[in-house]
Amino acid sequence: MKTRYDRPGRFDINWCPGCGNFNILKALRETLHTLEIPQKNVVIVSGIGQAAKTPQYMQVHYFNGLHGRALPVATGVKAANPHLTVIAQGGDGDMYGEGGNHFLHAIRRNPDITNIVHNNMVYGLTKGQASPTSREGLVTPLQVDGVISRPFEPLAVALTQGASFVARGFSQDVPELKKILAAAIRHRGYALVDILQPCVTFNRVNTAQWFREHSYYLDENHDPTDPDQALQKIRNGSKMALGILFRDSDRFPFEDRLPGYRKTGKPLFQRKPAYGRIKKYLAGGW
Amino acid sequence: MSDHYSIVISGEAGQGLRTIEKLIDQALKRAGYHFFSTSEFMSRIRGGNNTVEIRIGNSPMFAFVDRIDYLLVLADGAIRRLEGRLSPDTLIIGDRSSIQRKYQRQYDLHPVSLRDLADQAGHRITMNTVALGILLGLLNLDPRPELRKIKRIFASKGKKLVDINSMALKLGQREGLRIPRRISLTPQESIKKGWLADGTRAVTAGALTGGCHFVTAYPMSPSTGVITRMSELADEFGLVVEQAEDEIAAINLSIGAWYAGARALVTTSGGGFSLMQEGISLAGITETPAVIHLGQRPGPATGMPTRTEQADLNLAVYSGHGEFPRLVLSPGNLHDAFHLTRRAFELADRYRMIVIILTDQFLLDSISLLNPFNFSGFSYQNHFREGRPHHPTYRFTDSGISPRIVPGHGEGFQMVDSHEHDPWGRLTEDPDLRRRMVDKRMRKLDAMAGEFLQPEVIGSPDCDTLVIGWGSTFGPILEALERLNAPRTACAYFRQVYPLPESTAGILNRAKQTVVVENNAGGQLSRLIRQETGIATDRKILQYDGRPFSVESLVNQIGRIL
Repeated sequence: MKTRYDRPGRFDINWCPGCGNFNILKALRETLHTLEIPQKNVVIVSGIGQAAKTPQYMQVHYFNGLHGRALPVATGVKAANPHLTVIAQGGDGDMYGEGGNHFLHAIRRNPDITNIVHNNMVYGLTKGQASPTSREGLVTPLQVDGVISRPFEPLAVALTQGASFVARGFSQDVPELKKILAAAIRHRGYALVDILQPCVTFNRVNTAQWFREHSYYLDENHDPTDPDQALQKIRNGSKMALGILFRDSDRFPFEDRLPGYRKTGKPLFQRKPAYGRIKKYLAGGW
Repeated sequence: MSDHYSIVISGEAGQGLRTIEKLIDQALKRAGYHFFSTSEFMSRIRGGNNTVEIRIGNSPMFAFVDRIDYLLVLADGAIRRLEGRLSPDTLIIGDRSSIQRKYQRQYDLHPVSLRDLADQAGHRITMNTVALGILLGLLNLDPRPELRKIKRIFASKGKKLVDINSMALKLGQREGLRIPRRISLTPQESIKKGWLADGTRAVTAGALTGGCHFVTAYPMSPSTGVITRMSELADEFGLVVEQAEDEIAAINLSIGAWYAGARALVTTSGGGFSLMQEGISLAGITETPAVIHLGQRPGPATGMPTRTEQADLNLAVYSGHGEFPRLVLSPGNLHDAFHLTRRAFELADRYRMIVIILTDQFLLDSISLLNPFNFSGFSYQNHFREGRPHHPTYRFTDSGISPRIVPGHGEGFQMVDSHEHDPWGRLTEDPDLRRRMVDKRMRKLDAMAGEFLQPEVIGSPDCDTLVIGWGSTFGPILEALERLNAPRTACAYFRQVYPLPESTAGILNRAKQTVVVENNAGGQLSRLIRQETGIATDRKILQYDGRPFSVESLVNQIGRIL
């Protein structure tokens, strides 16, 4: 489907044929297209890696920054102009490895941003090393005897840190992924969407078929307002849950609680220095 | 005695020295005396030995002196540490039991038991109020405004605290009036209108005047005061203030804010600035403006957290991987701390440039008066424009400055990339585009050259000895040269240390002998001057003991080479 977010003209895409990123790109463009958001108010902040190149292939405001640093940049954008719809996007190494500390603290702050994490359990751009979410035993060019660390569990961490929206999608199921993305973008507060995705070049274990066999969709009986239930359902035996695990719509986002927005909701770029008050401040002493 | 006096108050951390300092400075301003005060403290919360030096005189000053005319002792153990600064002229004021016998024999002592007076007032905790009272008496100052202030400060905490503190102040003041040689100066009306500030306050107000509405930091001495002050003002001035989880987050938060059109400040010290290197480089290639306040303290690593040094010039000048332009400003007094910070925002925005304001603990924690100035000379203008369709983020221009748009303001897309990019902000590995983009970024410094702050020469440029300083060494150099009163000696003060302004070589060449004064071990400005101009400075006066230069030390060291 053609969308307003399609990058015009001819261009080269840096991804391997069959990469899960293509589906995520498609799902994101189509979701944004169908949502009632002015396109000029959408900003995608990404890190570095193959996933983080996604906004390069879109027609959108973007800030393709540093590895691991998408969340603080995105938080800065949102705090400076709360009218913007802000997405922070990157891969598992980007968000959970290099950016791990920002991940923890973005959850605590709860800015109204959607954090999309392409999770293929391996490093692509640096050629096949283990990622924080690699399963134990995965053999890589660097972990030659297999990964010995336990995998990072983003959903469990997000839930126990009190994230206000936690979901997991699968790149090979675009219709369901679009529903999750739409709900995440609409959610007012920090929303984590971890997307399971095959890496066709460097991860021959966690393939599309493997993900299908090792995941299940949450059914209507799941109550996404119950964090304890969500925590239990992240896994069912060897299967990972897909869908919206948890949602708390009552928490005020970070930017709503900043004292700087108490008197006016004007974005910062419209504010001017108050010379009179500054002079009074200086003359007032302490 | 001379027309300058130096009072040192010595006590433990937690005894409220800073509070006494702020209150007495206020009283001095009210009285119409020139003053300067600075504090030195240990990196601890309670105990140890800290001092505040308060200088009072008939002319303005912004420097530390070794000499102590009056030493007010609040706790034991002070004198041993300060012995080198005492002289037969020093009058020690304090409790006999806090001062070892040998010192009592050696120095002039005016015994006052602050502890007893505090107990008499109602509680030991009022010792610092007693000390304030003693100082008011020593300075022949009217205690009534301070009594009113005490009422205001303690009103919310109950009548009892107001009463005992008022009593403590009165008892102290009465005791102060008994001191045999008291200080008496001629008041000057103009001083009463001055603006009381420390370096931190000057930087804060400069940022606000520069249109800053966003500040973020990870706490680190001595730079934290700036974000603390802005936090107090957040509601009134509509500021976004956020304590980041680390300095990496801080610089990236600020980059996000600038991208969205805000003017943002990051305040940090050397260790935090080191963590920001990658972010500074990001600001460089994305041409996102950045203003970073780097309050220096001695390193490496943790170094001496509460002390002062000027050893991060190299770090600022070479910060970030890759090649990109930046501007480094180094205020040497309160006036410049304000004006350079204000200017940093204007330049960062206009040139899409990184501007680093290099201060240090000495400047940030020193208090004096700003001469009032008019705000009508300032103007505020944003340098982004309303977006139109097909707006390239990195359009090639003669100046190298590509017009900037911000998301949510008009049409078009602000596509920004940390990869090398084409004018549209799409990543590229094309060698020709790469070269042109590097050139475009570097060219911005040429465009800015007309606005560079040239070194200021105080005295005749055709001199025998030119004493060169940057940042906070300016005050001590100026006062040392005044005291030396040597003909054919001048001072060159660098407010901008990078890029070195083009007049640098000319100024250095006109002097027969050049001496660089720096609060570091390597002579970082001296090396930079040599690298940029090929001129080797003749001598270096370097100090790296964590303390600021004293006027006396500079008088000695400069005097020897004249």
